[in-house]
Amino acid sequence: MKPISRRKLMTTGLAATAGLAGLATADLLAQRYGLIPPDHRGLYGPGETLTYAAQRLLTRHSLAREFPPSMISKEPFANPAVSPKDLLQSLPAHNHGNWPLTIDGMVARPTSLALSDLKSLPMRSQITEVACEEGWSYIAQWIGTPLIDVLHAVGLHPQARYVVYFSADKEWWDSIDMADALHPQTLLTWGMNDGDLPVAFGGPLRMRVSRQLGYKSVKYITRLTVTDSLKGFGKGLGSAEPEFGYAWYAGI
Amino acid sequence: MSAPGPSRNAANPRHSLLVRTTHWITVTSFFALLLSGAEIVVSHPRFYWGEVGNVMTHPLFTLPIPASRSSVPTAYSFLMPDQNGWSRYLHFQFAWVVVITGLIYVLSSLWNGHLRHRLLPAPAERSWRAYWAVIARYLHRTPQNPSEAHSYNVVQRTAYLSVIFVLFPLIIWTGLAMSPAFTSAFPLAVTALGGRQSARTIHFFVSGALLLFLVVHVTMVALAGFKSRMQGMITGRTATQEERP
Repeated sequence: MKPISRRKLMTTGLAATAGLAGLATADLLAQRYGLIPPDHRGLYGPGETLTYAAQRLLTRHSLAREFPPSMISKEPFANPAVSPKDLLQSLPAHNHGNWPLTIDGMVARPTSLALSDLKSLPMRSQITEVACEEGWSYIAQWIGTPLIDVLHAVGLHPQARYVVYFSADKEWWDSIDMADALHPQTLLTWGMNDGDLPVAFGGPLRMRVSRQLGYKSVKYITRLTVTDSLKGFGKGLGSAEPEFGYAWYAGI
Repeated sequence: MSAPGPSRNAANPRHSLLVRTTHWITVTSFFALLLSGAEIVVSHPRFYWGEVGNVMTHPLFTLPIPASRSSVPTAYSFLMPDQNGWSRYLHFQFAWVVVITGLIYVLSSLWNGHLRHRLLPAPAERSWRAYWAVIARYLHRTPQNPSEAHSYNVVQRTAYLSVIFVLFPLIIWTGLAMSPAFTSAFPLAVTALGGRQSARTIHFFVSGALLLFLVVHVTMVALAGFKSRMQGMITGRTATQEERP
């Protein structure tokens, strides 16, 4: 075996130090700019962190594609996997105006309101595509109240980093970072294709996160909690999804 | 006929350390991506063309396999086990591995002349006649000319270049075109392909093309001498090489 030359030893040492310093800097920057997803630990953490960090750097303010009315799917598909049938039947099919929504956590004015109050705020309508992680997709017109307007109305604390949202279906809850929470296309959705949002599509109230896969658009929203840390929610992975084995960030 | 390349010995191996390392990382990643990709397809084994597609619309084609989700109609009365969670995590993890490995390989191959000297066909070889000569030799099972044993022929070069510069870029592009976040920043990535479902369908076919390449590649390796070729790609040296003066 050849003896290792001093020069080689020095260059290797320097390269290793530079590499470690680089990693430490990357970690510091990532922490500071919120580029680490809550499910960053474990076997698949590195890939998940790279995807989330890369997409946050590239897409912080970009808008999801919108489509002309002619492209609205004639027969959109309501994924039946998401909600058990008995829950659907227990929901009031009519008179959705009383549907309750609680907003708490890091806000100046924790609030309980009804869907009719939400509808009195400025609304937004957009035609976007819902893509399921299974691979299928459809386009619909979604009508709702931008989450950003609701958050501003209740007064957001400056240290807020995530909005956690809960479904009437207790198995489902999720969260988004402020880039998505303050994104103009993130809607508390109550209308679809010029009508009320049908129960099968998440009515009376569904969170629509336009730049992520369908599973982030949780149905039957009853509560929003603004927080600076996801540690206290469930297993601390940011959503029910990672607890089922799915990624928290679904911008893919 | 190209001039024989520099003789390859211990200091100048058949495959450089960089080629060997990136080759085996890519092999590992490809199997991880193929397995996890197949698992994801099983949750919806229907393919569409255009922007949207779901069980309410006509598929372009349907794979004759059972599905792992009850919302998809298939010809089978049973469901496959649902493995989408870890499959998706694994798929995106190894997508990063293959992209980073590919970038290191392509950039260093541009830099060190590997691409120019060992992969780009020599000017004299850029003709149909040169292709036919190689194919005829394969068909007649003519033993390899010793001067060629240490350089790729024009058919090999074309196949490798197509995999590196056509199939891999295309599968990465069509993968990104399915990302609602990526396409919010770069909508042309998906509109240029004719829509999200077209991107998914092309992604599927390109993975099939890569699998076909793998099968042909391994077959050719087996015909050329599996043991010595594997040794060449693992240690960089082959037994035949050491026998040469």
